[in-house]
Amino acid sequence: MALTLRAPSRAVTRRRHRSAAGYSFVGAYVLLLLAFGAAPTAYALWLAFTTSAGGGFAGFGNFLQTARDFRFIPAAEHLAFYLGFWLVSLVVLVVGLALVVHSRGPRASKALRLAYYVPGALAGAASVIVWLFVLDPAVSPVAFILHAFGWSTFDEVISPGHLPVLFAIMAFWTGAGGWILVMYGALNNIPEELMESARLDGASPWQVALRIKLPLIRKWVAYMTILAFATGTQLFVEPQLVSQASVGIISPSWSPNQLAYVYAFQLDNFNGASAIAVDLLILGLICAVLIISRTGLFEAS
Amino acid sequence: MAVELGAPHPSPAVQPRAALARVDGPPPGGHHGPTGRLAARVLAALVLATAAAFFLIPLVWLLLAPTKTDHQLVVQSPFAFGSLARVATSWNHLVAYEGGAILVWLRNSAIYSFSGTAIAILVGIPAGYGLAVTQFVGRKTLLVATLVVMIMPSTALVLPLFLEMNAFHLIGNAFSVILPFAFFPFGVYLAYIYFSSTIPPDLLAASRIDGCTEWKTFRFIAMPLATPVIALVAFFDFVASWNNFFLPFVMLPSSNQYPVQVGLENLLSSTPAFNPTIGGSQLAVYRPELALAILVAIAPVLIVFLFAQRALVAGLLAGATKE
Repeated sequence: MALTLRAPSRAVTRRRHRSAAGYSFVGAYVLLLLAFGAAPTAYALWLAFTTSAGGGFAGFGNFLQTARDFRFIPAAEHLAFYLGFWLVSLVVLVVGLALVVHSRGPRASKALRLAYYVPGALAGAASVIVWLFVLDPAVSPVAFILHAFGWSTFDEVISPGHLPVLFAIMAFWTGAGGWILVMYGALNNIPEELMESARLDGASPWQVALRIKLPLIRKWVAYMTILAFATGTQLFVEPQLVSQASVGIISPSWSPNQLAYVYAFQLDNFNGASAIAVDLLILGLICAVLIISRTGLFEAS
Repeated sequence: MAVELGAPHPSPAVQPRAALARVDGPPPGGHHGPTGRLAARVLAALVLATAAAFFLIPLVWLLLAPTKTDHQLVVQSPFAFGSLARVATSWNHLVAYEGGAILVWLRNSAIYSFSGTAIAILVGIPAGYGLAVTQFVGRKTLLVATLVVMIMPSTALVLPLFLEMNAFHLIGNAFSVILPFAFFPFGVYLAYIYFSSTIPPDLLAASRIDGCTEWKTFRFIAMPLATPVIALVAFFDFVASWNNFFLPFVMLPSSNQYPVQVGLENLLSSTPAFNPTIGGSQLAVYRPELALAILVAIAPVLIVFLFAQRALVAGLLAGATKE
């Protein structure tokens, strides 16, 4: 004992040394994590559970007040419809397209993948404005489709009932290509022998796709779905710009995130804004935990 | 494969009957005859072409729009080409808007994205390395926290970040967007995966035995091998920062601080077609100018995208470990 105390073994010295080095490598990152991850979360929680006057404990008061706001339920409904269209189209079409693309020759599939993913470069405001053009019958490249639905003015196209589908189409336009690439990559990881032996056993291309390929990329589909759900709950820029372009037809608090924005910027109610932000944070957090614990795609060891 | 290369076409006389017969009931054992396969191939080609049209038509329209006048956009075929001279005119109108605001916005975007990305690399690559090759108390917690924040949509933190910055009176300060851009857990995770899977521990051990400190080992052994992951982190953070709308939208209230994505929103509200209240004395932009502004705004990301497709896929797949 005494001996060990006086002269620690070489292994112990090394571990301490490496431990100190470890902290020096991650130190700056931990600061950023605390300042721009943990601190804003903690501050939003603090605001959400306190009153605006004096900062006394408010319990769930802010949550109840915002949930009872006449704009809250409509915003949540809009979001639910949007997520429904977006997730179904994402799962069905992305997986379907990836399977079909994967069955093409290498040349065709490369060109197709590029074509599908290029719109991904237009995230944010740029893609929304492009779609404002596409949805305006006066200048739209697909005006004949809009006319076929009986819509001849921009206001008719962006009427409130259409918005969840339109936002899902916009999200699909920018987001689907990247996911098709991911699915394609996952499909490429399936050993060729597996599919070859299925074919020798008499499986049709359909059966190979549905019975062999699909089950093997299932966790990627799960990953995509949860991540798209989490991202979708944050919907902001699409309704914000469409609302602006609609000149008053579309509510400026169409989505929950917009409502939080209205609370912070127009009502100066930071506590209410925090309560909605915390609602959305919790949704995102649940999704993250689900992905990490259930899909087995990430390991932290 | 045989189907693609040389499946014999059935003679026209036999084709309708054969097709009918195969539609009547599923062929035994899942074998489709040549006609069934042909139909499936045609259907597949149609699906792929429709999807390609969906993804590309808006882009083609966007590329052509600045070559026309606002009036031509309405009366001509959507895919008609105007003239290159008209692009120059649109550009002049665009630059004239608020005395060259678009140039200021592009410069701002470049400053915010490049500084954010540079800090993200300086901070994130060593962090990924530290997580991968060193042991310390709290390492596992840090990894889990990184994963959680990385998977959570970054938009979820925008309003909390705004409230935090507001409390510190940092609204309107460029660092209120640069530092959040620099906080890039996905990059740390990519570096962590890279260093734990590609750098042989023996190599690092050898360097330590030769007397290198941990930082020297990192600098002279690990860093030179890490170029691919540095490029990947730079790519992802740059694209995410350049395209970010919500964060600068709430943090930077004055027009001369906007990045170009927020600038586009400002242009949209000055386009009479989308805002009938604009007009008269106010200097307006029209649809061709707005389309050109979009093209200019996305050009840097589009270029990176076209040249980095391979890296992008590799990164997306490396983001999660294979079994």
